[in-house]
Amino acid sequence: MQLTPDELIVFRVAGVGVNATIVNTWVVMALLVGISHAVTRKLKPDVPPSRWRTTLEVIVLGIQSQIEEITRNSARYVLYFAGTLFLFIALSNLLLVVPGFAPPTSSLSTTVALALSVFVAVPVFGIARNGPGAYLRGYLQPSVVMLPFNIISEFSRGISLAIRLYGNIMSGAVIGAVLLGVAPFFFPVVMDVLGLLTGLIQAYIFAILATVYISSATADPAPVARQEKRHE
Amino acid sequence: MSDLALIAAISIITSGITVSFGALGPALGEGRAAAAAIAAMAQQPDAASTLSRTLFVSLAMIESTAIYCFVVSMILLFANPFWAAAQAAAG
Repeated sequence: MQLTPDELIVFRVAGVGVNATIVNTWVVMALLVGISHAVTRKLKPDVPPSRWRTTLEVIVLGIQSQIEEITRNSARYVLYFAGTLFLFIALSNLLLVVPGFAPPTSSLSTTVALALSVFVAVPVFGIARNGPGAYLRGYLQPSVVMLPFNIISEFSRGISLAIRLYGNIMSGAVIGAVLLGVAPFFFPVVMDVLGLLTGLIQAYIFAILATVYISSATADPAPVARQEKRHE
Repeated sequence: MSDLALIAAISIITSGITVSFGALGPALGEGRAAAAAIAAMAQQPDAASTLSRTLFVSLAMIESTAIYCFVVSMILLFANPFWAAAQAAAG
């Protein structure tokens, strides 16, 4: 049994094997970019919105309202970053129903790459908003003793982001394969339907956690300064 | 018992124990979380949408500990590094 689509080589370019994970990632990217580009190509303010344009607006506004409910300072870049993560993960999880398509998120390489982008984005956004001093002071938050624990938690939440998404999607595929041997035709379909729900929820959670991490790094440092003064 | 048989037996038993304990804890935790959320929804039906969204997120986060155990047991069963090393050593 194969646990990831990494082992499936689709074609070779100059001796380097291009595996199914990369090809399926390209498919997801092409669908997202192609549909968005085709819909927004002839965008004019005076033309009444078409059905497709309204669909895109509903999706983007839905993501925006979800982010605004979670964080107080909802800047544009959070919408771009978390929204992109959500759309990519959700589409690749939903394409699970297409026969022969292994979702790229069922490979640890893809989920580690997504988690790494969150891991890099949190300090970048935090430093861009509050400056390096205020960001680094966040590591000494309750007291200096907590410095190693804060650093460990930074790494462990990156790892847990990657393993959570990978484990959920991969477990759906493995359970489907096991049930295919035990009770074919009916139960694998039921598990796939459950996999659609799990996939959407996992995409939602990934984006929500990325938003929460970024907004905690970009929070206003004002209460911190007041607390330090009180200690003195 | 040869080395390979020993590695196989211990891997299989350990993966079973991993899944069973990994299911036990999160199941209890998820039950408590769901019970608390349902009680809160019964008291305040207006807040049901916020509560159910928070419930979904927290259930998935609780469930991820079970998923970690599942991933470990899958690695033990299907991609065991010790098994591969022992097989390479045996030739």
